[in-house]
Amino acid sequence: MREKILAKGSVALAMGAVDAGCRCYFGYPITPQNDIPEYLSAALPKAGGTFIQAESELAAINMVLGAAAVGARAMTSSSGPGISLMQEGLSYMAGSELPAVVVNITRSGPGLGGIAPTQGDYKQATRGGGHGDYRLLVLAPSSVQEMYDLAGAAFALAFRYRNPVMILGDAILGQMKEPLLTGATLPLPDPPAWALSGARLRQPRLIKSLYLQEGEMTAHNWKLYNKYEAVKRQEVRVEVDCPPRCTLVLVAYGSCSRIVRTAVERSRRRGFAVGLIRPITLFPFPEAEIQRAAAAAKRLLVVEMNTGQMVDDVRLACAGTGAVYFKGYPGGEVPTPEQIEQEIERIIKAEELRRWRN
Amino acid sequence: MAELTKKKVFGRPSSLKESAFHFCPGCHHGVVHRLVAEAVDHFKLADSTVAVIGVGCGVFLYDYLAVDCCEAPHGRAPAVATGIKRVNPDTFVLTYQGDGDLAAIGISEIIHAANRQENITVIFVNNSLYGMTGGQMAPTTLPGQKTTTTPAGRKPRGDGYPMQMSELIASLPGSVFVARAACHTPAHIRQAGKAVRRAFSAQLEGRGFSMVEFLSACPTNWRLSPEEALRFIEEKMIPVYPLGIFKDELT
Repeated sequence: MREKILAKGSVALAMGAVDAGCRCYFGYPITPQNDIPEYLSAALPKAGGTFIQAESELAAINMVLGAAAVGARAMTSSSGPGISLMQEGLSYMAGSELPAVVVNITRSGPGLGGIAPTQGDYKQATRGGGHGDYRLLVLAPSSVQEMYDLAGAAFALAFRYRNPVMILGDAILGQMKEPLLTGATLPLPDPPAWALSGARLRQPRLIKSLYLQEGEMTAHNWKLYNKYEAVKRQEVRVEVDCPPRCTLVLVAYGSCSRIVRTAVERSRRRGFAVGLIRPITLFPFPEAEIQRAAAAAKRLLVVEMNTGQMVDDVRLACAGTGAVYFKGYPGGEVPTPEQIEQEIERIIKAEELRRWRN
Repeated sequence: MAELTKKKVFGRPSSLKESAFHFCPGCHHGVVHRLVAEAVDHFKLADSTVAVIGVGCGVFLYDYLAVDCCEAPHGRAPAVATGIKRVNPDTFVLTYQGDGDLAAIGISEIIHAANRQENITVIFVNNSLYGMTGGQMAPTTLPGQKTTTTPAGRKPRGDGYPMQMSELIASLPGSVFVARAACHTPAHIRQAGKAVRRAFSAQLEGRGFSMVEFLSACPTNWRLSPEEALRFIEEKMIPVYPLGIFKDELT
């Protein structure tokens, strides 16, 4: 039954996972994501599932690996420093083609950093993060409802492609409360055909990432590559709000995109023709949409709560078409809509001045 | 004249695949593999076992043991096994780990799995050094023992003392069966087989964490002949790592 409640982002995400059939969670405490394990430590046993507070993030991600190997919908969550420790397991899971959902409610870094919201983990998330030639699928919610909805989507993607999926949130999304429509409960799926269960009436199965015979590893790398190419073709999610004759298109994701949206709406009321592209999947990245916007508007402004990470993907997507501007707010600094509005005005006026001089 | 009949008195365990071991001459991994396979057969577990394999010379267990297998990252087998067992409590879950895997990089995972009383069985093969990477010092290396990274012999102060994992694990209330065995004589192999079966029983009865540590020969990296390696176990290893059952709470 669908029900409307007021919920915190982290709790919404945890509820979404349970409704999507997640019955096991393994994690280690770290601020600012403790609402997730705290909620699940009660909810999962009630649903007949397993909750373990592991001795470290290393142990947690490897418990996820074991649960995934027997076909369970397993999840862990952490923040920056803990996600760094989990990279070992993520690399092994990508290599072993095991599905799981990993949530990063980011804090600032490097090192112990701070607990304020940033987007400094974009590259770690979208490039794989651990050793070897692999990618994670990365989803970037921007509301409490999306925290819930994308938890379900993440499990579907993880099992469709047999690959870990990361949900990249931040301290704002984790802590803020918004109305949430729950109740998208899915039936519990059967264990997949590749899962380990004991070799009853069949040949033994093996889940591994070690390939030593000549040519084996090369073939495995190309197999993974082809999977990621399929992901790029089929799984891009993006919100495009670009009215005709835009002269500037902003690109932002996550909580930052909400601030940018306010700035875009205010600028439009003042007569500026500005658009907004909000990637929902960070890998696969909405390259085609960015390319089209660059060709039409000739100017893009990327706003991130870091010193410039997604902007590199925007530049790659543009491939030299149009100018790419960047405005960054690292270290826990959250921009105000006014600051971004001023930046929009500055870029558009500078361009008008340049044209007038020419 | 009485008719001669043939009766099979000894054979390959059915859960041990028909493939030749890749191990060096005199290595004990093959014997330990066989003992595990015999226990799997004894309890008829071939179709309900998942073996979790650590990183080291034992990583190719899946080439020999005919059960479902999962590789674990170096040292993390007890965590992987925890995930598997908690999802499927009816699956028989064992880990197969070397001394670098279990006593160095994975010491946190093994201690916490034992401390949580995870209902899993650990087969721990201690050959006193890192065999697969070419004979470097392990936490289990004996004082004075020469390895490729202790060319003058291991000095406990600075290099560390040999870690007695069975004694350590037995001290935790979550462990229910812990034994140290060896394979350097037929009598010891028979004793070891009994210990493995007892450890399996602990899990099958749902009692909790069980572990059998094997003192295992590595003639190649010890720079000894297989026969000398057997004497090394008797004369050098057993004084540091006494054999026996350290804990047995099964009644």
